[in-house]
Formats: sequence, C-alpha cells, structure tokens
Amino acid sequence: MASAPAYQLENLAGESVKSPHGTQAIICFIKEDCPTCKEVMPVLDAFYQRFSQQMPMHIIGQTQEGNAALAKAYQPGFSILDDSALQVSFAADIETVPTLLVLDQAGQIASTLVGFVKDEWQQLASSLSADASLEGVDLDWTSLPDWRPGCGSLSVDPANEPRLRAMAEGSPIRARRIDIGSKDDEVEFMFDQGFSDGLPLVPPTPERVLAMLSGTARDSQEVLGEMAPNLGVVTVEKVAINAVMAGCKPEYLPVVLAAVEAILTDDYNIHGVMATTMGASPVIVVNGPIRHRIGMNMGMSALGQGNRANATIGRAVRLVVRNVGGARPGETERSTLGNPMKFTMCFAEWEERNPWTPLHVERGFEAEESVVTVFTMSSGPTLIVDQDSRTGSQLAGTLGQGLQAVMSPKAYFATDCLLVVVPEHVDTFMRDNYKKEDIRRRIQEVSARPVRELVADERSATGIKAESAAKMDEASLDKMMTKFRRDEDIHIVVAGSDAGKFSGAFHGWVTGNIGSIPVSRKIEEVT
Amino acid sequence: MTTIMDPTDERVPVTRQLSPRPNQITGRVALLDISKPRGSVLLDQLEEVLAKQLPGVTLTRYAKPTFSKPAPQPLREEIHQDNDFVIEALAD
Repeated sequence: MASAPAYQLENLAGESVKSPHGTQAIICFIKEDCPTCKEVMPVLDAFYQRFSQQMPMHIIGQTQEGNAALAKAYQPGFSILDDSALQVSFAADIETVPTLLVLDQAGQIASTLVGFVKDEWQQLASSLSADASLEGVDLDWTSLPDWRPGCGSLSVDPANEPRLRAMAEGSPIRARRIDIGSKDDEVEFMFDQGFSDGLPLVPPTPERVLAMLSGTARDSQEVLGEMAPNLGVVTVEKVAINAVMAGCKPEYLPVVLAAVEAILTDDYNIHGVMATTMGASPVIVVNGPIRHRIGMNMGMSALGQGNRANATIGRAVRLVVRNVGGARPGETERSTLGNPMKFTMCFAEWEERNPWTPLHVERGFEAEESVVTVFTMSSGPTLIVDQDSRTGSQLAGTLGQGLQAVMSPKAYFATDCLLVVVPEHVDTFMRDNYKKEDIRRRIQEVSARPVRELVADERSATGIKAESAAKMDEASLDKMMTKFRRDEDIHIVVAGSDAGKFSGAFHGWVTGNIGSIPVSRKIEEVT
Repeated sequence: MTTIMDPTDERVPVTRQLSPRPNQITGRVALLDISKPRGSVLLDQLEEVLAKQLPGVTLTRYAKPTFSKPAPQPLREEIHQDNDFVIEALAD
C-alpha cells in the first residue's frame, strides 16, 4: 500500500489546510474542465455532508479559476483546495481526474477510485457508512450514470510533467534555484549575473537541466573534482547546468563530462591555462563511435562554426571553468590578447580518412572506445599552405618549416603542437606510404638548427642567452637542436574536407610539469 | 516567473575586505618568490632595503615550486602561521 503525500494547500477562502494525519480520510482530485468531475460534484457534496464530521474530506482542484467556477456552480459544503501548482497531484501520482483516495489511519491509501463507476462509489458509501454506523449517503443514485471515464490529470500533461518531475522531492537536481522576476528578461538577467562568455545563454530551467541529465547514467551529485582558481566543487549536475546554457543536447553530456574530468587533472593544469597572460585555451578532440552518434563535424570546416555538437561541447567546458571555477577575464583569467578559441574549440578526428592510427589508439585506448583528448593551445590553428609538394618528404618538410615559427622562431624545446592534417595532404603522404613517425622525424629534421643560430643577437633577443652561449665550446654551438624536445610532442590528427592543401597547427603552451600536458579520458556513454 | 538553476559554485557573493593597514611594519615579514624569472632579483634588492630601514623586522624568504600552479597547502599554512606580512614578487 502506498502512502499519500503530505501537503499544505489553501482553500477558496485563503485558509491553509494541512493533509490529514493519523485518521481515516477521503481525498479527491478534480479539475473544472472535466465533465466527469462536474458530474461527481453533487456526489462529493453528499459524501461531505455525510462523512465530514467523522473524517477529513479534502477536494483538491487543479486550477484556481476552475475551483472558483465549480464552487459557484455547485455551492458544495466543502471549500476546494488549490493545487494549481500541481505538486500534490504529481506527488500522489494522479493520472486521471476524478481520482478518489481513501486513506486509513496510518495514512496509507486503502482504496482508489478512478473516474466514476457508480457501483464502486456506491459500495464505498455503504462501507464507510457501516464503518461509522451511519445511514447511507443521501443521494438519488438512480439519477447518476453507471459509468463515466475520467479525464487526464493536468499533472501528467506534457506541458507540465517535465517541470513537476524536476521540482519534485527526490529530483536529481539540487543546485540553488534562482527565480527571475516576471518582468525581467531572462537572457539579460544571465548577462547581468556574469554567467555568460559574452554570447546569449539558454536559460537552465529545472526542466532543461533534468532533460540534460538524461544524457548520462551517472549520479547527478557525483563530484568530478575541484575547479581552479576558486576550487569550486564540480558535480555532474553543475556540468549539466552549464551544458544547457551552452546549447548542448543531452547526448553531448558524456563528452562534456569526460572533457571536464580531463582538464581537472594536475597534468592538464587548467589553473595555469586560464591564468597565463598567453592566450592559452583547451582544444578538445573527440575520437571513437560517439562522433557519428552525436553528429560531430570532422570534415569540411571541422575547426569552424556551424555544427552544434562541436560548438556547444567546447563552449560548455569553458562555461564550467568560468562559472564553477570562477576564471573570468580581468580577474584570474589574465590573457594579454585573449583568444577566440576561448569561446569554444572542439572537433572530431576523421578516423575513416586517417590511414594511420587515430589519436586515441595512439594514446592507449581501443579503437571502438569513445575518447576525448584535451590539448592546450596558445595560438592557431595556423595554416601551413603547400599545394605543390608531391612527396611525403617534401610535404613534411614544408610542415617542419611552418612549425619552426611555433611560439617564436628561436623558441626551441619550448612547447608542443597539435597538427591537423587535411585529407589531400594525407593522400600526398600515402603516395610514399609516409607514416606518422616519418612525418614527425622529418619535421624535426627540417626545423633543427645549430645552437649558434638560436642565440640572442641583434635581430632578436629571444632564444639562448648570450651569457650561456659564451660558456659553450665550438662543438656545442654547432650541435643541432630539434624544435620539439621529443618527437611525441608533435600530436597528429586528420580532419577537414577532401579539397584543400592547407594543414593546420595549434601551437602549444608551456608544456611538461610546470605547464599543461595533454590528457585523454574515455567517454562513458549511456548504454 | 522563470526559475533557473545556479551554474556557479554557489559561494555567497561577498566583497573581499582588505586587512586593516597598520601604520608601521613590525614583527615578521615573508618575502614570497612565485618562481618566475627575475623574481629573486627583485626580492634580493627589497630584502636589502628593508633590512636597512626596518632593523627590528624578521625577513624570511619563501618560494612556490612553480609559478603556474597554486602554492601547496603546507606552504600557505607555514607562511600564514609564521608571519605578519607577506610581500609577493610577481615578475618576469
């Protein structure tokens, strides 16, 4: 037996009425625009006249205007209780009106009558009368129809049900609720609160947040970590709220969660990435089957605008950093120039157009796993144009020359890079069966410079300090230095349309233990 | 009326108050180097000047392991516990 919900509702006179407690009781849910409810009004009144001295009898109506209209039309002895918020109807799991509940003394539902079946109501009247040693209900039962179906309860109307589910006790959402005044514009309000990255946000209503949470099987209160700089606690729910604001669909949420987990690691170091005066920002690369399931762009304009998944996943991650972590430009986010990639930067690898190992497999995952990899960029994507090379060696040579400028032309061993190779360049490489390791080796070879060329001089004071160079012998000065500390610091993915011979490079930020190390995380999908 | 869910960490918005500024420096002063290049140069000079001008004051040097990450909790506690003032060198 289920128990009836506790409530406190106002009657038509504005008096507060509490749910029955410790006594047998009758509760009936009605709404005005239901013909069957109108038909049972005289029956309810007759019940009220007979039983209300022995037990509380509450008639609960679902609209304020309707309750007033019913009272006026039927002049019953009871005052209808106002459940226009529908929370009691929802909590009692009412699908049809009228629904009459008989509660026993323990507050358990002893019987339930749905719609109007004359026999059932008559039987109830007899049994209640017998229990109370009363005479039967004063009613001409023969004037009533044998049976009338009920009508749909407003609490299960699709216009109301999602909101009620979000607001109900036991709802997975626990975040502070903010009421926006009816005269306030909600989009303007969110700008004023500082929630926005500068573009309009989707209001994260309870209904939308609940819908967003349907995208993951994870507990809404699971803590993913603490987001710098404020060390705000990041829960699945907080990520979902920011994902709603960013414009995500629920099926994108697992990608956003995995990306947030990746940037929360000490290796990734989101604190440094946000605080640095360089314009650093995360670049999110998605691999695996989820790319297709959520319709990500990996082809034409993969790094550009126009695809909802690409655009909103990256934006959601940035909004979590801003809102939960508190990284805001001018405060702890202190980039000198800023960077448009700070709005969003997320794309998928075109694995089917990649003749080599895709990024996630190179990083230790199975091909059929969906994985997010987060890399820190400080500039780019910088195009490296080569429409002329016809051999892998020549093309990798051009890429090496282009990558020599990463950070600055004399900045060696300084950072890493994410190279996005376009399909036409892939085809050129495959003429010679040029592999990823060949590309990396050739880039290092072409961009290598003798130490003496990297010493600060009249043209530029960047590079190796003159004092340090002065202590070196000739052999040390002649030693060739590669642009990147290790070949693996050149990360390679494939994306872009089938036409165009311009690969793109994201230049890294400070790498290693004091900077940011790329991090991959498996995406946990709803199965 | 629209209800939205708070996207922030829900800290009570409080305007940070500056600590009261005493008229003179006495006691213990921490000199914190965040480990950016040349921060130590600035602090060396400052230490020299302060030692001359404020002979009664104890000056102690501290350094963060790296500028790019928050100071470790034990270091923050140590500085807080053992000092009355902190001068932090943000430098490049």
